[in-house]
This record gives sequence, C-alpha cells and structure tokens, in this order.
Amino acid sequence: MEIKYSLAADKLTFYLCGELDEHYARGVKDYMEAVLTKNAKVRKVVFNMSALSFMDSTGIGMLLGRYKRLKKQGADCFIEDPSVSVGKVLELSGIYEVMPKI
Amino acid sequence: MNKMTLKVSARSENEAFVRTVVSAFMLQLNPSLEELSDVKTTVSEAVTNAIVHAYPDREGDILIECEIGERYIKIVISDSGVGIPCVELALQPFYTTKEDDERSGLGFTIMRSFMDEFEVVSSSGAGTRLIMTKKIA
Repeated sequence: MEIKYSLAADKLTFYLCGELDEHYARGVKDYMEAVLTKNAKVRKVVFNMSALSFMDSTGIGMLLGRYKRLKKQGADCFIEDPSVSVGKVLELSGIYEVMPKI
Repeated sequence: MNKMTLKVSARSENEAFVRTVVSAFMLQLNPSLEELSDVKTTVSEAVTNAIVHAYPDREGDILIECEIGERYIKIVISDSGVGIPCVELALQPFYTTKEDDERSGLGFTIMRSFMDEFEVVSSSGAGTRLIMTKKIA
C-alpha cells in the first residue's frame, strides 16, 4: 500500500495505490491526518483510487472518518476513478451520497 | 471435490496472504474477475472480523477451510474467540461495537451480498464460524 498527495490551490488529492485493508488502514489514516492538518485551508479533497486494486469495509470506515473531519472544516470530499471491484464495495456502502464519484 | 485448509495467526499482516491463497485455489473453477474479487473481499471481511473482535486478550488462530466442486466454492472461516453475543444485531448494516475505531459496520452486509449462501454460527464464548458458498457460473 502506497499513498501520496498533490495540492493545487484549495484542492488536495490523495493517490491511493495497492491494497487497502485492516493492516494498512491505520497508516493511511495517520498519513492523511498529518497532510490535512498541514493543509487545513483546503476546500476540496479528492481520493484518487485509479491504482487501488483492493479495498474492503475497513477502507469505508477510514474514508468516513476523514469525511467527518473534513465536513467540520467545511471541505467537500470526492472519490475519483475507482476500479470495478473497489467501486462495488463503495456502491454497496452508500458512501457516494456524501462523497460523490467524479 | 477438492479441499484446502489454512490456519493462520489472527494478525492483520496475514489478511492479504489469506485472500490471495483462497483466490488462487479458486482459479481452478475458472471464475470471472467479478466472482474472484467478490470472494477476495468476502474472505478479507471475515478474516478482519476475527482479527478485530475474536481475541481481545490473547493471541489466537483463524481457520480457513475451502471446498470447490461442480461450479461452486464453499468457504468456512472460524475462530475460537469470544464469539458474538447477538448475531441478529451484528448482522444489521452499520452496526458496530467499535465506532470510535472508525469501523463501518458493513462487514457482514458485504459478505452476505457477495456470496450466495451465508450463515453465522456464534455465541458468547463459543467462537465464531462463518459458512459461505458462492456459485461460479
């Protein structure tokens, strides 16, 4: 599992790569929290999943945790380019209602 | 009929290993990509549950038993941990005992939705056994 981010004006994009499960969720959360704290003025956060080959419900819990934090600071969240298999888990969870797919 | 049994410590670093082994075993059935990823996700959910909930105070094992036959895979995942006091409640979507831990409460919902047959056998102190079958077209 690898993660990096890019910043353009008030838009921050996280790029998730590999397999996100229980083993990696905590590390991904800590990384995102550190980046979000450092960039507290962003208004749009995108989770790019084009290179994420696997995710289970642990990932949903982690994403909802970031959503709750970002909502408080007035930022919107989006999911970008999930694979068919990751998309199936996202769809079932209903997360697109709060984090639309772009 | 062909069988495979795997026993691992309930540690999160074994999750990827277990789902990879089960999906490799299943390849003999020539599944579609969707069938393969449904099983992979289901196995990951079941193993995660055992890792997160089964053994709060001690080290423990997870047993994974697979059987493949004419166009199906049967997967039984069991632990000898604390068990689930109320299975009916645990099966409710979004129900979690660990909300502070950022748990979605969707594990069982995903397993039920991705498999054709799904049964939970558990009670307090008696461990948990998940019995699941998926038809492979």
